[in-house]
Amino acid sequence: VSAISTDPVSPSDAAAARRRSTIVVAVCTLLGAIAQILFKLAVRHLVLTPAGLLTNVPLIAGCAFYGLFTIAMVLALREGELSMLYPIIALTYVWVTLGTYWVLKETPNAYKNLGIVTIVIGVAILGRGGRK
Amino acid sequence: MTPLLLRSIAMVFFAGIVGSFGAVFLKLGAMRLNSSVLSFANSRLILGVGLYLGSTVIYVTALKGGPLSVLYPMVSLGYVWTLLWSKLFFKEALTPYKFAGLGLILVGVFLVGLGSA
Repeated sequence: VSAISTDPVSPSDAAAARRRSTIVVAVCTLLGAIAQILFKLAVRHLVLTPAGLLTNVPLIAGCAFYGLFTIAMVLALREGELSMLYPIIALTYVWVTLGTYWVLKETPNAYKNLGIVTIVIGVAILGRGGRK
Repeated sequence: MTPLLLRSIAMVFFAGIVGSFGAVFLKLGAMRLNSSVLSFANSRLILGVGLYLGSTVIYVTALKGGPLSVLYPMVSLGYVWTLLWSKLFFKEALTPYKFAGLGLILVGVFLVGLGSA
């Protein structure tokens, strides 16, 4: 783990850091969505014994994706500007919903879709609220 | 809406509260970080990670009782608590943007709830 830098950075460095964190966060939303789908697959045949948990492949894979997602997200959020990253983070809701339809074969309907779009806009606007 | 789904929604809601306290302690812990790796071993950070993990376990258990397309959007209710604690514990301003975003999130969650009926 590297030390947290307090050195002043040049504008071009700052722009590069912003770009980098935007890309990392975008990839993170996909990792997070995959973790959600794996978690749902995992609880379909959840056996609450040590052996049952350790042989639950989707559960272990889901935890791995979720862990990776969390760590990468924390690192990216440290250097990026939150108001810019929130709208991207909100995309997770879109990926998860598409995954529930395509992979889990859950029933789509207009209420769910409209609800997701509203939540995504809400999270994006919420992020702007932190701006000075 | 079946009782099983309602129970799952309640569990996701509770997981959101636990997770929001996790975020508060992670923030308190992060404020104490310095250039030494040892500073990661502070009680606030560890409690934050613990609450965060606990919240995840409750959430994943809740997924058993309903469709992910309904339960995952309920996670966004956690923002309500996060904004409340940010204001109470860290004196972060509650701006009109935050209120507007929160309002839209609540409307969205309500719509998804309707979609599960």
